[in-house]
Amino acid sequence: MALVISQEHDLLRDAAKGFLAEHAPVSALRTLRDSDDPFGYDPALWQRMTEMGWAGILVPEKYGGLDFGIVGAGLLMEEMGRTLSASPFFSTAIMAATLLKEVGREAQKKRLLPQIAAGKAVVALALDEGRSHDPGGIKLAAKPSGNGFVLNGEKTFVLDGHLADQVIVAARTGGKAGTKSGLSLFLIETDRAGLEFRRRTMVDSRNVADITFAEVKVDGDQLMGKLDEAYEPLEKALDVGRACLSSEMLGTASEAFERTLEYLRERKQFGVPIGSFQVLQHRAAHLFSEIEMLRSVVLKTLLSLQASDASSSFLASLAKAKAAQVVGLATSEAIQMHGGIGMTDEFDIGFFIKRAKVASETYGDYYFHADRFARIKGY
Amino acid sequence: MEHLETFTEETRAWLEENCPAGMRRPMRREEDAVWGGRNYKFHGEDQRLWLERMAGRGWTVPTWAKEYGGGGLTPEEAKILKRELKRIGARPALVSFGIWMLGPALLKYGSETHKKEHLPRIARGEIRWCQGYSEPNAGSDLASLQTKAEDKGDHFLINGQKVWTSYADKSDWIFCLVRTDPKAPKHEGISFLLFDMASKGVSTKPIRLISGSSPFCETFFDDVKVPKENLVGELNKGWAIAKYLLTHEREMIGASGIERLPGSDLGATAAEVIGTKSGTLRNHLLRADIVRHEMDWAAFLLTLERARDEAKAGAGTGAVSSMLKYIGTELNKERAELLMAINGLQGLLWENEEDPEPPLSRQWLRSKGNSIEGGTSEIQLDIIAKRVLRLPQGN
Ligand SMILES: Cc1cc2nc3c(=O)[nH]c(=O)nc-3n(C[C@H](O)[C@H](O)[C@H](O)COP(=O)(O)OP(=O)(O)OC[C@H]3O[C@@H](n4cnc5c(N)ncnc54)[C@H](O)[C@@H]3O)c2cc1C
Repeated sequence: MALVISQEHDLLRDAAKGFLAEHAPVSALRTLRDSDDPFGYDPALWQRMTEMGWAGILVPEKYGGLDFGIVGAGLLMEEMGRTLSASPFFSTAIMAATLLKEVGREAQKKRLLPQIAAGKAVVALALDEGRSHDPGGIKLAAKPSGNGFVLNGEKTFVLDGHLADQVIVAARTGGKAGTKSGLSLFLIETDRAGLEFRRRTMVDSRNVADITFAEVKVDGDQLMGKLDEAYEPLEKALDVGRACLSSEMLGTASEAFERTLEYLRERKQFGVPIGSFQVLQHRAAHLFSEIEMLRSVVLKTLLSLQASDASSSFLASLAKAKAAQVVGLATSEAIQMHGGIGMTDEFDIGFFIKRAKVASETYGDYYFHADRFARIKGY
Repeated sequence: MEHLETFTEETRAWLEENCPAGMRRPMRREEDAVWGGRNYKFHGEDQRLWLERMAGRGWTVPTWAKEYGGGGLTPEEAKILKRELKRIGARPALVSFGIWMLGPALLKYGSETHKKEHLPRIARGEIRWCQGYSEPNAGSDLASLQTKAEDKGDHFLINGQKVWTSYADKSDWIFCLVRTDPKAPKHEGISFLLFDMASKGVSTKPIRLISGSSPFCETFFDDVKVPKENLVGELNKGWAIAKYLLTHEREMIGASGIERLPGSDLGATAAEVIGTKSGTLRNHLLRADIVRHEMDWAAFLLTLERARDEAKAGAGTGAVSSMLKYIGTELNKERAELLMAINGLQGLLWENEEDPEPPLSRQWLRSKGNSIEGGTSEIQLDIIAKRVLRLPQGN
């Protein structure tokens, strides 16, 4: 497994670059934000992405997808990270598609995967219940009732939650909060009685919602995978998501860095370009090295997930932790090296630090993954 | 594919048969590394046998052409050989500046005569080389070097001084930067010369390091006569060769931490020394620093791997070596610091009768030189800023 990007993937990347520059540049995110768009993304743009095959990138061919694999999905995320393009790509085409593939019942797959690939369904994953990522800490209860279950509890910061057609809900069917056993997944239509959605406005202007479950009744066949045994497949899918988010963060870090380099060459003070000051050169060179390290880690992680290697979770945590560090540094340095103009809303660089921070928190921040990395290594 | 499988099998079988048991243990002491050279004394028969057998196949320099003493392997085959060597925990049969630095430079810039004369001797470990670059007044600003070589018809006459010349006192030959045109701009009057350290007028004086050993020297040249044919490349065009050689040196130094320090798995070492409670290290602040370092280290190793894979695919650039050197050596130092923290006062022993390995304290001290030798970290950052990022030059 050579650590290089194949020609096939290079082509995909080039196509994505061209498409996003034309249809979804950073200014598109600004427009969405300023218009208080209720969706938080542009459905017409999502349709176009779907026509490019992106919505079905992880969906098997027999369900109408491209089945292009995780490396391709990661590269698309990287490019989207450069343009900060908002769409249901991550929630639906990556997380929901992966979970459905891993643990969906045949009927669920048959119904929903083609809809996902056709861009006709947005599917959200309702997982965490507090401020920070904690998949073991799930409390939302699913109690057996008749031939089905009744769900009660709260979910927080559900990505694309308030506009989803379906949600995949992680619920506790056994065990105590904080334990890994006793978790189950359910696939629920969002118009079920007892569900209440509240959109939250986040710093990155994307979509999340808190969801309340009050006596929500579901049928037995809405269960995905095995009862009480969702933790492992969930972690596996989360690792795919973490790798893809890391790839997005790599894109965001690279773009913020390249914009900063441009500025270092252009902006003059003391009669010379500020990029000629050694103190800034060294910080830029250090940042470059950090971004290159992240690039290696992300590529390795995507390749190893694609090959279903045993080391994937360790690598996913490495990638997510490193990405948080690097994109944090890249976006903070971007602002500092732009001086006053970097602090203005009119200038785009601020959008990068905002999205970077949300992506860093999503599915585990630096500390979560550093801890997981160490535990996997036995300390 | 099929060919590579056969190659793997054959390699495995050959190594099984030919790698002496004593050469399959980790290197722990200084004398475990075989540097070769005219006066080299092997430490045990296993070392001699292992070198003889590996050199016989050209596997001390697997990718060099067979006519130059190499194995003539393709990059894929070389990767397999490396993996198989690692699999049995084999020590390198030979380590040397000839392999890491001079060889690649001669392959690119040397005449056919130079290649035929020097490369096979490097491959067999017969001649040990040292590097005559730095001078008392030419360190980071290497191109300001003053050691001069005057044209005396059939030979050059060398006068001047080098410093920090690693293993000058143990080496047979030197690759040396000399000024051949004092009037030209500094980069354009430098030539790349090879000569025998046994030549009349060469003398060396060891310098002791903070780590106690004396691996490097001051080197003096007093009317040393060097035959004209020992010039590599063109007269006054040595700077390009010097820089090319440095890219190899930097990548080597950057990657050196992989083999050098013991306790290479810091987490496991810390867990053993300090102990764990509910699966995590007892010292939580140290754990946080270790995990941060280990993640960076893993990222660095992957970057090394990617750089090599990209170079094989023809996409590499020379400036990458500066990045690898910068990251690798800074991490090396940090690693040594963390090992010291894990080991407390035990790590500060200067002599340790109970352990054949050089005490940790000395390795920690030696690691400080990693970000100086081969060009300092600051210089590597300068190179990245200028050559990779194309930032404007200062005034
Ligand atoms: C263990 C060891 C082995 C070595 N082996 C060899 C060898 O075999 N052969 C050989 O030729 N040399 C060898 N060297 C020498 C080495 O290459 C030099 O020490 C190195 O290039 C730095 O030069 P200097 O020591 O003169 O430091 P200086 O150049 O004087 O640097 C002093 C400090 O100033 C900083 N500095 C200098 N210029 C700049 C700048 N433009 N911008 C910012 N900061 C700057 C440096 O980074 C450093 O921190 C060895 C050195 C060590 C430590």
